Amino acid sequence: MPNPNMRRAKGSYSGSNQFDQSEKLNDMAYKIIEKTKLNSVTWKTVIHAPLIARGARAGQFVIVKIDEAGERVPLTINDSSRDAGSVTLIFQEAGVTTRRLGCLEVGDDISDLLGPLGKPAGFGKAGRIALVAGGVGIAEIMPVAKYAKELGNYVVTILGSRTKELLILEDEMNKQSDRMIVTTDDGSYGLKGLVTDPLKDVMEKDRMDLCYCVGPDIMMKAVSMVTRTFGVRTLVSLDANMVDATGMCATCRVSVDGKTKFVCVDGPEFDGHLVDWDGFLKRQKRFAEEEKVSLAQFEAKHKNCMYR
Amino acid sequence: MKTQDPKDRIKNFEEVALGLTEEEAMKEAGRCLQCKKAACVEGCPVDIDIPAFVDHIAKGEYGKAIDKIREKNALPAVCGRVCPQEDQCEKACVLSKKKSPISIGDLERFAADWEIKNRQQPIANSQQIREGVKKVAVIGSGPAGLACAGELAKNGYDVTVFESLHKAGGVLSYGIPEFRLPKRIVDFDLEQVRRLGVKIDVNYLVGRTNTLDGLKEEGFAAFFIGIGAGLPYFMGIEGENLNGVYSANEFLTRTNLMKAYLFPDYDTPVRVGGIVAVVGAGNVAMDSARCALRLGAKEAHIIYRRTEKEMPARADEIGRAKEEGVILDLLTNPLRFFGDEKGWLKEAELIKNELAESDSSGRRKPVPIKGSEFRMKVDTVICAIGQGSNPLLPGTLPRLNMNEDGNIIVDKDHMSSIEGVFAGGDIVTGAATVISAMGAGKKAARAIDKYLRRV
Repeated sequence: MPNPNMRRAKGSYSGSNQFDQSEKLNDMAYKIIEKTKLNSVTWKTVIHAPLIARGARAGQFVIVKIDEAGERVPLTINDSSRDAGSVTLIFQEAGVTTRRLGCLEVGDDISDLLGPLGKPAGFGKAGRIALVAGGVGIAEIMPVAKYAKELGNYVVTILGSRTKELLILEDEMNKQSDRMIVTTDDGSYGLKGLVTDPLKDVMEKDRMDLCYCVGPDIMMKAVSMVTRTFGVRTLVSLDANMVDATGMCATCRVSVDGKTKFVCVDGPEFDGHLVDWDGFLKRQKRFAEEEKVSLAQFEAKHKNCMYR
Repeated sequence: MKTQDPKDRIKNFEEVALGLTEEEAMKEAGRCLQCKKAACVEGCPVDIDIPAFVDHIAKGEYGKAIDKIREKNALPAVCGRVCPQEDQCEKACVLSKKKSPISIGDLERFAADWEIKNRQQPIANSQQIREGVKKVAVIGSGPAGLACAGELAKNGYDVTVFESLHKAGGVLSYGIPEFRLPKRIVDFDLEQVRRLGVKIDVNYLVGRTNTLDGLKEEGFAAFFIGIGAGLPYFMGIEGENLNGVYSANEFLTRTNLMKAYLFPDYDTPVRVGGIVAVVGAGNVAMDSARCALRLGAKEAHIIYRRTEKEMPARADEIGRAKEEGVILDLLTNPLRFFGDEKGWLKEAELIKNELAESDSSGRRKPVPIKGSEFRMKVDTVICAIGQGSNPLLPGTLPRLNMNEDGNIIVDKDHMSSIEGVFAGGDIVTGAATVISAMGAGKKAARAIDKYLRRV
C-alpha cells in the first residue's frame, strides 16, 4: 500500500501531464532498507544509494528530496557502506521534511538523493584534537571522529545533550575517542552544564592542536569563542538552508573572513574564528515563518500517524 | 499573438502567450514568399529548413511541418516560445525590410503545440544503438546538453546525460517561469529526446557523485560539458547578504523548479515582500519581476543603470512586463542596502546616472550623477545582473583551460584543452540564449562523431 505521506504529482499546474518526470523508473529511487528510532525525536535511516556510498567521505552530506512536493534539504552522512551500497542518515525531527522522513517506512522510496556533497574533512594528522558535538551534531561528527582516529590523531571528545534521553551514539563515540566527556543541560547524565565548561578545562590542562565542532549554531559560535582565547584552530561544520546545493543559487552564502562563501561547495567546514556568526545566525531564520506554516499544515493532516 | 489579460495573468502562473489559432497560422504562413535563397535559414543557429515547414503549415500539413522542424531542432516547443527570433530568422527575413517579417517563431510554436495535442505517440527518429558502439557522456541536461545528446543518438551513439538536479532541462526547468515556458512543454520535448535513445540520469553531480576519470573507467569515450552559467553574480555592495536579498537563480529556482508559488502544498518557500526591486534588465530580470508580481508583490521595480533602449531583454518580454505593471527605474544604480536589527532588508540607497560615450559593450556608458543619491523602501531585492561559470566541475579538472571569467576555452570544434572533452553553451560563451546553446551542442556532437571515428 503506498505510504500516504508520499505526495505524488497529480498532474502539473498547467494541465494534465503524461510525461511528468516524477514518475521515474523504480531503479532510480532510493529505497529505505533500515530504520531505527534512537530517541523520541531522532531517527537512523539506512538508504540504498550505491553511487553515493561509493565516494562518500567524512564530513560530506547529501541533499534529500522526499517526494514530488518536497524541499531539497541537506543532511550529513553519518555512515556509508560501499559493499552494501548504502548511506546512513541520522536526523532529528525539526521541520516538515525531517518529520515526513521520520514517517517513511522500510521499503518506501525517497524520490531524490544527491551526493556526496561538500568538501570532505581534510585536517589530516593534526595531533591532539578536541571533538565537540551537540545534539544531532554527534551523528555528524561520528565519521569525522573515525577519520581522525584512522590517521592516528589523539582524540578528546566532548558530547553535549539537553537530556539523557536525547543523548545519542555514546558507545560509538567512545570507541573513537581516547578520552570522552558527556554533558547534559539538565544534569540527568554526565556533567551538568554546557560543553564549553569541560572544553575550557581540557584546553587549560592540555595542549590541543585542533578543535572540530558540530552542533547547533549557537553552540559552535560559543565553542569558537572559547578556543579563540586558547589560540586553537577550530573547524565548524555549518548547516545552512539550501536549494540546488551545487553553488548555483547562493542561498547558503555566509561571510567568512569578510568574503562570501557557499556552505554547499566551499564548506560545510569553515574556520570557526572567521565565520560571521551574527550574520549567519540571522540568515538561518529567513524562512522561520514559512517553516511554521508548513509544519502546522503537516500536523493538521497527520493526527493519526502511527509514529506519534 | 493573443495573450492573457494583464490584470488576470499577474494572479496566476499560467502561460501568458496563447498561441496562434489555425486560421491565424495558415494565413501567416501563406504570406511567406518561399525565397529560393532563404535568408531566414542562415539566421537560424540550428539550420531549420524554415521555408519548408512554413509551406507545410500554409497547406494545413501540420504533422509534416513539425517533422521538418524536428529534423534539426530537438526542442521545438521550447524554442518556439523562448527563441529571440526577432534577432535571428525574423530579422533576416526579406519582409523585415517592410517591417512585417513572417512570424516564424509563432509558426514554430504552432506546429509544436499541434504535435503535443494531436500525437499520442510522437514519431521519433530513433536508431537502434549499434553493438559495440562508443559511449558518450553529456554533462548537464540543459539545451546544449540535450541538443548534443539528441544529435549523437541520431548517429547511433550510446549517450547518457548526467544532471545534478532532480529534474532535467537546466534553465528550461529552473530558470524560465511557468508562464513563459510551461513545464509540461519541457517534459514533452524531454520525452522526445529520451525516445531517441538518450538516457538521462538525474541526481548525478559529475565532480562529486563521480569524477570524469571515473566515467572514463566506466567506458565513456568522449565527454560534452554543458553545465551552463550557474554561478550567480552579486554587485559586491554592502548589505547584499541581508535577508530578503536573493540571487535571481535562487529566486527563480525556488519559484519555477521547486514550485514555491504552490506553497504550502509544495514545501519550498519563497518570501516576496510588498516592494520588490530587481537589479538588472535582461530576460532573467524580467522573469524575476513578473514572478514577484504573481507571488504577491504590490510593486515590482526593474532597477537598470541605462535606458530602455539599452535593455538586453527581448522587446516582447519588456512589453509584457510593462503591461503587467512592472515599474522601470531607469538610469539608476544601487549603492548599498540597509536592514533592521534582525538582518531583514528595509531600504536601498540608489544613485541616478547619465549616459556618456559607448563602453566596450558598444552601449553608452552610465556615469553616476554626483549628489543624486536617494533612498527607497524595499522588502525584497533580486540580483539579476548576470551569471558566471559554476566552478565545481572545472575545479576537479586541473588540465582544463579556462579564461579569467571561468569559461571553458575550446577550439573551433568545441574541444577543450583535454583530449576527448568537449564543451559548449553558456559554460563556453557566458550567459546567452537557449538556441545558441543548442547550436553549440549540435556542432559539438558532429565534432565528437568525427573524433570518435578517428580514435
